[in-house]
Amino acid sequence: MTAVTDRQKLSYIAQQAADARINVELETEGMTLNLGPQHPATHGTLRIVARLDGEQVVSADPVMGYMHRGYEKLAEVRTYAQITTLVNRIDWLGSFANEVPFILAAERLMGVEAPPRAKWIRTLLFEMARVANIGLFLGEMGLQVGAVTPAFYAFRDREFVLNQIEAVTGGRFHPNFDRIGGIKDDLPKGWIEETKAVMVKMRDFCDEMEDLLLGSEIFAARCRGIGVIPPDVALQYGLSGANLRASGIDWDLRRDGNHGLLAYDELDFKVWTHPDGDSFARFWVRLQEVREATKLVDQLCDGMPSGSIQAKVPRIIKVPAGEAFVSTENPLGEMGYYVISTGDLVPFRVKIRSASFNNVSITPWLLRGVYVPDIITILGSLYFILGDIDR
Amino acid sequence: MLALHLAYWQETILRLVIGLAALLGLTGAVVYLYLFKFVSFMQSRLGPMEAGPYGSLQLLAEVGKWLQKEDVFTERADRFVFAASPFVVILSTFLLFVVVPAGPTDEVAHMSNSLLYALAVSAISVIGILMAGWASANKYALLGGLRAAGQLVAYELPMVLAVIGVVISAGSLNLQHIVAAQSTGHVFGWSGIGNPYILTQFTGFLIFLIAMQAELTQTPFDMPVAESELVAGYMVEYTGIRFLVYFIAEFATAIGFSAIAATLFLGGWGLPASWGIGHEAMHVVGPIVISAKTVLLTGVVFWVRFSFPRFREDQLQRLAWKFLIPLALGNIVVTACLKVAF
Amino acid sequence: MTPTEASDDAPEVEPDELRDGLVARLGELLGDGLVDSHVDPGRDVTVRVTTGAWAKAAEEIRYVLGARYFCFLSAIDWMPSPYGRYLDSDVDKVLSGEAAKDPGPQVQGVCGGDSRIQVFARVTNVRDHWGMTIKADTTSNEDPHIGTWTKVYAGADWHERETWEMYGVTFDGHNGLRHLYLPSDFEGHPLRKDFPLLARIVKPWPGIVDVEPMPLVEGADEADAPAETDGEAPA
Repeated sequence: MTAVTDRQKLSYIAQQAADARINVELETEGMTLNLGPQHPATHGTLRIVARLDGEQVVSADPVMGYMHRGYEKLAEVRTYAQITTLVNRIDWLGSFANEVPFILAAERLMGVEAPPRAKWIRTLLFEMARVANIGLFLGEMGLQVGAVTPAFYAFRDREFVLNQIEAVTGGRFHPNFDRIGGIKDDLPKGWIEETKAVMVKMRDFCDEMEDLLLGSEIFAARCRGIGVIPPDVALQYGLSGANLRASGIDWDLRRDGNHGLLAYDELDFKVWTHPDGDSFARFWVRLQEVREATKLVDQLCDGMPSGSIQAKVPRIIKVPAGEAFVSTENPLGEMGYYVISTGDLVPFRVKIRSASFNNVSITPWLLRGVYVPDIITILGSLYFILGDIDR
Repeated sequence: MLALHLAYWQETILRLVIGLAALLGLTGAVVYLYLFKFVSFMQSRLGPMEAGPYGSLQLLAEVGKWLQKEDVFTERADRFVFAASPFVVILSTFLLFVVVPAGPTDEVAHMSNSLLYALAVSAISVIGILMAGWASANKYALLGGLRAAGQLVAYELPMVLAVIGVVISAGSLNLQHIVAAQSTGHVFGWSGIGNPYILTQFTGFLIFLIAMQAELTQTPFDMPVAESELVAGYMVEYTGIRFLVYFIAEFATAIGFSAIAATLFLGGWGLPASWGIGHEAMHVVGPIVISAKTVLLTGVVFWVRFSFPRFREDQLQRLAWKFLIPLALGNIVVTACLKVAF
Repeated sequence: MTPTEASDDAPEVEPDELRDGLVARLGELLGDGLVDSHVDPGRDVTVRVTTGAWAKAAEEIRYVLGARYFCFLSAIDWMPSPYGRYLDSDVDKVLSGEAAKDPGPQVQGVCGGDSRIQVFARVTNVRDHWGMTIKADTTSNEDPHIGTWTKVYAGADWHERETWEMYGVTFDGHNGLRHLYLPSDFEGHPLRKDFPLLARIVKPWPGIVDVEPMPLVEGADEADAPAETDGEAPA
């Protein structure tokens, strides 16, 4: 039996904010397990320092910042067009959706409104970003609980959506397509028909995921009743998106806010909620949301107005002084930008309200008393992207 | 048959070599067929295509890759235990395989109670896994090893109890006698296909399959190796030849258990006696038959593996103790009653 | 703030009853605590409260006004940056020892205020569909303090940690103010305006590197300052 001595100094302990004393004499109380920063289950470099008692978590503390890029500081020295490029990279799976609230906030400050066709194309790309992002979640949630196959189907079917986005914007992951006053380019010829065909494929994919995962008793056993978030706690922590709706709160910024900014006022869609608030509910709500998003894309393709795609804005964009906050219902949740301008080429301050920051802030509260496998299930069901947490 | 008269030690070596070759050959075939190709097609991709035609030599490439890796020991690992544990696991597999009959007298070791021996020896792998989990000095490995210990011990019981039904039906613990009983038996008076116990012991067969899946730590029972949590669990600190031995052990054990299951439930090397294939021919046909049945059952194991999510540890234990064991006990009672009655 | 671009006719701004009513109710609840307010009709409402009334405002807003959804909490540093604004070339000049351009006076934004660092938070009422931004001054410019919101909104925990880390604002009553993004031994508060953009310390802006003299030749970079950018937005 090898005896173990302290091999890390106190300053290292303070730096890592973790208990560094590793006791090999099978003392299960107070065993500290580091999940991450390199770990297949955390979507990126998130580290969770969990104190375990056997297989049960006593306390869990997420440590992040491994991907902190300092966007808010950078935004103070970048022009609005440059910030649009930066901002694409916050939630990299939800590509276009990151740019939209920022551009809308800047447009509000400038008093510019995008023409209808631009609004509709923005909404269209927004919803396609949602389909791509949450479609991947459906497959990858299976991966978290051990089913390896659905993830492959998700990646395969997501490629169709990314091809369409690439056909319009030129970029699969970082389109950088939104401009103050409109969008950069118009839709290519034949794109609308192809997109509708792709949406049919995505609906088939959703049905496949429903059969594979929702129908599996093992999946239900792993997800039902795990990580229940009561509605009031969800509101306090600012959970948004499907996480909030899965706890029973009927709040969707597409329907309840931002009237006139995007094309949702003229569209017909249902907001899905689920009363349970557990991981199963979050998966279920997201599945329905993807289906609903495909229907929205169909409606947008059918009703696309004609006209210009860019309003008249000066060539050198100086945004008048003021403050504006616009948040939209992004795939991950509510993403908002609080833009403060003092009449310059660059904003004075941009506060980025990212959905995953709030979604993950609930984990210390939520992970008390769960088993180690449930940590993975809960993190998977909350669905965060590291770039969104760390900005 | 062959008019060779070998000394005992020569015959032993010959049998061991042939047995080893058979095991490794079957393992290689199964790895290629199921792990490289079957799962790839299920996941809408092609799998290895480069090494050899359609990637058939990929296994050789993998073996070569693992062999040339550096043999790493973590700093605080218990060196002897860490080094020995893969070999303990694969030892249990070889020991299991020596009693699998491939023909009328063709097993590596003749034993009168071969089934009892097989079930006993298959439990040695638990020790190897615990050794790995402990000696790695890694919390993930420890968690994996402890989970494995609980799971493997728990699922030994349904396996043994399911097999008892077969023993009662055949009236013997000897695997050769069980094969003979299936081959010459009859189902409700009709001996067209003999009496493979998959038909009359269907419950036992299902319980054995589920328990086998758990003994192999395959999904849905792969908590010890839960890849998305523990990143290879008790094997996480292993690399090089030791990891290769674990890799081989995983598939070789699948072959071993499937061979036992094929012998117990599908009729082993035997074809139904009513088909009238001569005793001498079975020395040649037998190995082919048992190989086919083994590979078939292994296919079922891997098919399930790549389809389902995994159980959590406590749900897994609940399934074993509260569901499978009572079911297996009930199966024994029913079989005994029916055996006495008919 | 109202749109400055002229639309077809002078915009008839209807009074926003919902938001005006919210401001009035909050004024009743907080009394002198509510210092300023601004309503953007049909869109948004911003209020400013005193430093002492910050924690109480949270209670009133959550329990009485019903804004149970906590959106975010952060801070603004109103000091104009001594390092210049446009791209980074000004930052490099200052870092390499040149005198900075005079940044101009400190201008507070909507709803005014006095302190250099203001905290602001946003909450939403999901039942009545409105959101509100609340601002407050902090106690001093060097060592800002303000009350904590964690007793009312549990989610403010991480937001206050981040604000402390980035601005140095201490939240009285929050027991666990420690680093969130940055390593534990990090010194300084990065989002403050007097903290330069670290990336440029590590690697100079390529614009200056281009005209940097070859090694061994000293004193030749003073005359080769990079051209002033005209601020044209790159395509």
